[in-house]
Amino acid sequence: MKITYREAIRESIREAMQEDEKVFLMGEDVGHYGGCFAVSKDLLAEFGAERIRDTPLSESAFVGIGIGAAMNGMKPIVEVMTVNFSLLAADQIMNNAATILHMSGGLFNVPVVIRMATGGGKQLAAQHSHSLEGWYAHIPGLKVLTPATLEDARGMLISALKDPDPVLIFENSTLYNHQGELSEDAGAVDIFKAKIRRQGKDISLVTYGIGYHKCVAAAEILAAEGIDAEILDLRVLRPLDDATILETVKKTGRVLIVDEGWKSGGISAEISSRIMEKGFFDLDMPVARLGGAEVPMPYAEHLERIAVPQVETIVAKVKEMI
Amino acid sequence: MHQPNKILTPVHISKADAQHLLHQMLRIRRFEEKAAEMYTQGHIKGFLHLYIGEEAVAVGIMDALQPEDGVVATYREHGHALAKGVSANSIMAEMFGKEEGCSRGRGGSMHLFDAETRFFGGNAIVGGHLPLAVGLALADKMQQKQVVTACFFGEGAVAEGEFHESLNLAALWQTPVLFVCENNGYAMGTALDLSESEMDIHAKAASYQIPSEVVDGMDVLAVRQAAERAAAHIRSGKGPYFLECRTYRFRAHSMFDAELYRDKSEVEEWKKYGPITSFIKRLKNQDLISEAEILELENQVAAEVNESVKFAESGTLESEANLLRFVYSEKKLVM
Ligand SMILES: Cc1ncc(C[n+]2csc(CCOP(=O)(O)OP(=O)(O)O)c2C)c(N)n1
Repeated sequence: MKITYREAIRESIREAMQEDEKVFLMGEDVGHYGGCFAVSKDLLAEFGAERIRDTPLSESAFVGIGIGAAMNGMKPIVEVMTVNFSLLAADQIMNNAATILHMSGGLFNVPVVIRMATGGGKQLAAQHSHSLEGWYAHIPGLKVLTPATLEDARGMLISALKDPDPVLIFENSTLYNHQGELSEDAGAVDIFKAKIRRQGKDISLVTYGIGYHKCVAAAEILAAEGIDAEILDLRVLRPLDDATILETVKKTGRVLIVDEGWKSGGISAEISSRIMEKGFFDLDMPVARLGGAEVPMPYAEHLERIAVPQVETIVAKVKEMI
Repeated sequence: MHQPNKILTPVHISKADAQHLLHQMLRIRRFEEKAAEMYTQGHIKGFLHLYIGEEAVAVGIMDALQPEDGVVATYREHGHALAKGVSANSIMAEMFGKEEGCSRGRGGSMHLFDAETRFFGGNAIVGGHLPLAVGLALADKMQQKQVVTACFFGEGAVAEGEFHESLNLAALWQTPVLFVCENNGYAMGTALDLSESEMDIHAKAASYQIPSEVVDGMDVLAVRQAAERAAAHIRSGKGPYFLECRTYRFRAHSMFDAELYRDKSEVEEWKKYGPITSFIKRLKNQDLISEAEILELENQVAAEVNESVKFAESGTLESEANLLRFVYSEKKLVM
């Protein structure tokens, strides 16, 4: 069936709510407005205001309420409009969601799911466009998912709801309209492993989220020029799947990490370090990275474009490396 | 700054009830005195925030709660844990960093947890546990359970955004939360008048349409009566309730505090009207307790406290090989 990324998430929420009355959705404008990215459109009519719960502009409180409800038998899906706004709830995510299992010596787990939009590409400037998922991937106790495909958009949420621990799902906002085929019976997917989505022998493009789609386009251009790129979709930023990363390193010996987040102290730095620590002797050349320019996201279209890796910059970088 | 109530009002309770309340307050007092001693001797490390002077609040509130009711508290929570039924042994062992501690030595004094008594933790982010309380209560409400979640916090938390966000949502969604503000006049060294434009805290709660009362937090009976009213209101499905308990902390904020911000005489004055001292006077006035009975309670309490130290001393240190446990749940996701 033809479906968009947005619809895949909506279907997943709908199915989870039909199956389990403990699941509910909560966040700013998820109900009457239909979701600021229209993900939850029509769900209010179907499930009512108790379970499609509009919240006031109180990120810290409603994320914390999700955590508390999760500790006490419910399965909340908390939607935060964007990752920039999640910083108002950073206290709850870092100091409660990520720590309570540990601080309680294993007594209380926190099965909350927190979804939010991430990334740029819509000229929304420096308070709405960043890719901060790497920050959250820094934190032990959290699981950080970055669905790039329709299959993952649908399946990761299902698995996240079954997970006993806090799971953060980052949905790149430029992907909501992405459309494609998804099998009718698409269901839960693993939320532990990276996936090699394109086999190749010359170079490994290691990426996630929107970066995956740019790498696919780049790989097609490169293929026409005789360069055979492998693409590894990380899928999960925490815990990182070292084994699959090292597998592709071993196979191609060349690695380019593509991430819209900043390189300094970012997830690409972490991946590069791990390759250095565990796969150094499989490398034919130093690991290379393309990341966001080290600047708050500019508004102007041409500046925003060059502030993150694009298909042509990926192609150019790969050619430089081969 | 509020002042101690100097009038010894008559009490109208049974002897057994009177002795039960006194026993609970003494357990907290003596347990914490011992904890301070253990701290000085180096057995307890990190932060240790004593509740001494404020015992009437935890005891009065808990006495109005049921076992299935939940509690969320701050880093100053030994008293709440004891009063809710967490064992003295497991609390002392926790502070000694032992595996037998209620949080297996992962939490320490500020993070006591206990699933059996529904003690959802001491939280050391001022204001950070208010949203949790509303969430715990929301879950009870959505599951049609007639359960109260009591949330304790100091008046310092009132300045945090999370306080306001949480009160608004608790009222908006009519969640069964009992908010208990323990107003001891100081947030570390900052007196209330240095931090709040509106110093009447219960008025703030009222502005969120939450029924609220000011209570003499040094009077265990006044606290219990207010808590009973509050719990009845909450259990009848009418939403949250707010109690501002005016109290006073006799000890330093934590073990690192030179107490430059208040006069010794102020502390001494308050001690004269302390929750245990006044209660004993009132009981004696009405022949509800004798010196011998007090002594017997003290002996019981001393035995419990000494036993907790022995238990903690003989506890085990968790194997270093277990360092990385409890970051993620050990029951694996089945798919
Ligand atoms: C968010 C946050 N800011 C600052 C601190 C440091 N701190 C710990 S306790 C405290 C004072 C809190 O006072 P109050 O809420 O009145 O409670 P009390 O200690 O008097 O019981 C402060 C500032 C903290 N733990 N959390």
